[in-house]
Amino acid sequence: MRFRAKIVDLACLNHFSRIINTIAKLAKTCILRLTVCKLYFILSDKVANGGASMWCELSQGNFFDEFQMEGVAAEHNEIYLELVPENLSRALKTSQSAKAVKIKLTNKHCPCLRVAVELPSLSSSSRIVTHDIPVGVIPRRMWSDFREPSVPDFDVSIYLPVLKTMKSVVERMKNLSNFIVIEANLSGEMNLKIETDLVSVTTHFKDLGNPPWASEDGCQSSAQGRDLESMTEACIDIKKLQQLLAGQQVNPTKALCNIVHKRIVHFILLHEEVSLQYFIPAIA
Amino acid sequence: LSRIGDELYLEPTESGLSLRAVNSSRSGFASFLFAPLFFQLYEPGSAGPETELFRCKVHMKSFLGIFRSLPSLEKSVGKCLILLKPRASRLVLQLHCKYGVTKTHNLAFQECERLQAVFDTQSCASHLCAPARLLAEAVVHFPPTLAEVTLGTGPGGKISLRNYVEDEAEPSKTMVTELWLAEDEFQSVAVAPGSHITFCLKEFRGLLSFAEASNLPLTIHFDEPGRPVIFTLDDTVLEVHLVLATLSDLQSTSQSPSTNGVSRLPVPSDDFADDLESYMVAMETGEGGSERPPSPTFPLRTPRPAQREPQEEEEEEEEGAVPGTPPHKKFRSLFFGSVMTPGRPGAATTQEVLAEDSDGE
Repeated sequence: MRFRAKIVDLACLNHFSRIINTIAKLAKTCILRLTVCKLYFILSDKVANGGASMWCELSQGNFFDEFQMEGVAAEHNEIYLELVPENLSRALKTSQSAKAVKIKLTNKHCPCLRVAVELPSLSSSSRIVTHDIPVGVIPRRMWSDFREPSVPDFDVSIYLPVLKTMKSVVERMKNLSNFIVIEANLSGEMNLKIETDLVSVTTHFKDLGNPPWASEDGCQSSAQGRDLESMTEACIDIKKLQQLLAGQQVNPTKALCNIVHKRIVHFILLHEEVSLQYFIPAIA
Repeated sequence: LSRIGDELYLEPTESGLSLRAVNSSRSGFASFLFAPLFFQLYEPGSAGPETELFRCKVHMKSFLGIFRSLPSLEKSVGKCLILLKPRASRLVLQLHCKYGVTKTHNLAFQECERLQAVFDTQSCASHLCAPARLLAEAVVHFPPTLAEVTLGTGPGGKISLRNYVEDEAEPSKTMVTELWLAEDEFQSVAVAPGSHITFCLKEFRGLLSFAEASNLPLTIHFDEPGRPVIFTLDDTVLEVHLVLATLSDLQSTSQSPSTNGVSRLPVPSDDFADDLESYMVAMETGEGGSERPPSPTFPLRTPRPAQREPQEEEEEEEEGAVPGTPPHKKFRSLFFGSVMTPGRPGAATTQEVLAEDSDGE
């Protein structure tokens, strides 16, 4: 099992750092899955995460100048590692002016991802900072725990409002309540509601637009026959929503959510080179 | 100084006003000596044959509170007068501000013994001098909460900084960050090859920000693990020393005090040195008479593997053998005593040690 990668371009490095920062805000520990073409950051819906799960996918070619990977075996040419994304985020934090960043899987006294940052210096040789991030190697038999989650059979799919606005609304609501109700309909309307003994607050968004989903064998017909005005709702943990919104450092190209009535909210945030899906289950 | 201790010691001397602080575990000491030329007027008072120049200590917070907002002070204050009034038991700080406003602060002080850590930069085997900016840039790669850092020398004359991982922490869970600096980034390098020391980064950061702000090069004097590391800043009117205890590598340093050129308290037996409670009891009841009990040291740490040979190239296969029985590590406290007899190990027992608690005078 080998892995070596290198980033030389500063813009790619900054973009990669931003993605890692976002992941670090969503998960204390997550799985990094490496394949020949892609990197995935996966959080599976264990109870420890409060039931939330995450799937983030990026094409390595968009970030790395060099990328060599050899998986556990020829037919299973992948590597699954468990790591603390905050460590990776810290390692990359001070690399803003780096000449190059190399990442390598090593196994000195325990498996580590070694991030070596080459920094410019006034002297003849560069300054090298290495960060050894301990990782856990996930054995092949557990790989099936981390499969890509399927898009749920949602009742409503709607584009999200401007994330910055949504974030500031949710942040204020977080001070008042632990839970938030997201409701939306097929006419592009979304409401964010909180209700406590003392106060209830609702923020209304209109004209958001509903993304068209290609119906697969007409199985989305449940949506077609629906009343466009009726609201689908789900009550979720407000902290999880706030973490998702706070972690977004760059405005996504597309941001939408799918709501299964009283079951789950599925957020999809698409950027040019990376896609992030986040599932927050509804509180009963 | 406030990053080190909660009390500010003021000691006027013939060569200037010395401001000092020590931390609660006696493992960190700092002193700033302002030469008479720094001041518009400097009158240390007169010392007779029987009396020494008056010195005192005040609460750090009270003193700092007077100088709270530097930018506004710079705009409004013309002069600052510091006056020691022993008979009134007050340290007076008078700020003469614009528009005829005078702010007078009267601080209560406590008399104290001379606070002086015994150290000798000349007897250190290794010396490094670097612009403050270089060290600030190096330290930024470590998290702000990191307690200890290891400074070492490596192949090719490179200098390394690495976060120190306590052995209680699981090595498979802690991230290790290591930074390599080339020799030519320093102003001067005179180090014993293969040497390394581990010291408290938090206390060092305070001095580093001061050095950066005043744009002074920082010199680091160090020796074997266990012997204190001394950081100095030099200017025409200011001399700064920061002395920090370093983690000792008990396997390499012998237990007897005479191995060091610096005088130190007779090394207490391990069980007593670790027994913080006995120390506290001894201080309260005044047991042991005039002989002060040894200062507390950090609790014994569980063993850690010997530091591996630093590699410049990435080498995944090669790994130095980890010894079977790793050494114990322990911070030694700094030795505090009279400056009258430096460098004489035997003098330890008759030294007047600074009293921390109010039961001493």
